[in-house]
Amino acid sequence: MTVERCSGSVEVVDPGPLSTLQDRGRRGWAHLGVPRAGALDRGAAALARRLVGGGPDDAVIETTVGGVVLRPHRAVTLAVTGATCVVRVDGRAVAHGAPATVPAGVLVSVGPAVTGVRSYVAFAGGIAVAPVLGSRSTDTLAWVGPPRLAAGDLLDLGPTGRLPEPPPAVVVRPREPVLRLRRGPRADWLDRTGWSRLDGASYAVAPDSDRIGLRLIGARLERRGGELASEGIVLGAVQLPPSGQPVVFLADHPTTGGYPVVAVVEDDDIDLCAQLRPGDEVRLRVV
Amino acid sequence: MSDVRVVDVGTRACLVEVDDAVAAASLASWVRAAGLPAEEVVPAARTVLLDGVDRAAVRELVPRWAAQQAVPPSPLVRVAVRYSGPDLARVADHWGCTTDEVVDLHTSLEFTSTFCGFAPGFAYLAGLPDERAVPRLESPRARVAPGSVGLADTWCGVYPTASPGGWLLIGTTDAELWDVDRAEPALLAPGTRVRFEAQQ
Repeated sequence: MTVERCSGSVEVVDPGPLSTLQDRGRRGWAHLGVPRAGALDRGAAALARRLVGGGPDDAVIETTVGGVVLRPHRAVTLAVTGATCVVRVDGRAVAHGAPATVPAGVLVSVGPAVTGVRSYVAFAGGIAVAPVLGSRSTDTLAWVGPPRLAAGDLLDLGPTGRLPEPPPAVVVRPREPVLRLRRGPRADWLDRTGWSRLDGASYAVAPDSDRIGLRLIGARLERRGGELASEGIVLGAVQLPPSGQPVVFLADHPTTGGYPVVAVVEDDDIDLCAQLRPGDEVRLRVV
Repeated sequence: MSDVRVVDVGTRACLVEVDDAVAAASLASWVRAAGLPAEEVVPAARTVLLDGVDRAAVRELVPRWAAQQAVPPSPLVRVAVRYSGPDLARVADHWGCTTDEVVDLHTSLEFTSTFCGFAPGFAYLAGLPDERAVPRLESPRARVAPGSVGLADTWCGVYPTASPGGWLLIGTTDAELWDVDRAEPALLAPGTRVRFEAQQ
């Protein structure tokens, strides 16, 4: 592997429906109303960074269903992970989940998601936009951080160190669509049978799910009446609005909310939420 | 003596329940000063969320706050306001006074930033007495200009950025409420004491 020392840039040719920059997110600002943001599928983003020899805080591109088309203006090593898709370099298919070194000036097309929702594109050297409040993540609720990618954007790359020996392509096995739940701080807002009915219940993913929350459609959960004062929210909180249809809060969730959090999704299952498609069935399991 | 209750939120967070927003802001400042390792300390209306924590450490630490009623010192920020908001007369109607008296009362009170939410840097300022509570607009404005000073219920707030909003607007300030390039991006971070001054 060569050692590249010069920086350079990547041009966004077509950002697809929604492409953003994401790293591990913005920590320590929730008390000011700033969402955490960060890659929704943390495991896939971390794998992409590892495949190009990047550091844990490097920013990557997160796509949403429709992929992204890019043109590196220098030779660079990149990797695509997350939602499976056809990746083409200058029209020629290359492996998903493996590093590829591409020459300057060619089109890199990350195709629409075949399974899942969000693909991740990492570049050796990382994407060197200026961090905002310590992170290069775009937050789609308050729009703190770099704006969503637009055609014509030039993304500077950082200098690369020694690239690792290329690892073999990684096969990520599809996960069973099960979300494991713990009792939330306001589980007592469910009626008496509500909690037990959650265990094993099947819900469909609503089309308006996004980086803020995975919205579920299914049996209406009855909750007691009354108003709850706004309180702080964690990643994976399952909030129950008056509609009785639960929402799993993801990376861009508001920092406080006034609907009861009846359950919390296990941290290991958050990545799955990032890849569920509208209409997918997901089963809830109480742990 | 405040009453606190600690509730688990998943495996790495706790919600601490207290009496009101002022107590929550005070507990949040105290927890930070005590050096509890935490990713986030988020005061709200009647709770403080401690996220990214060792729950056992929280249960050991928090009762000590309840016992000693510590009030950490907090900075005072003065905010100059032009009292020409579109809802000034409406607030005067609710209070049964003149618009000048609204300004007099608003500038005579000391507010405390209790928590932020709704938008980055939007602080819920406590300090209006209960009898001065005002309703929100029946239909919110589509756009409230940044720097607008509003009242809702017994809260006062200043819009840091343009957004929709239903609070009754009494004035405008040029103060920079939110600046990500400052070491402290929010002018009115939780715990801050606030006084408003009439600007001609």
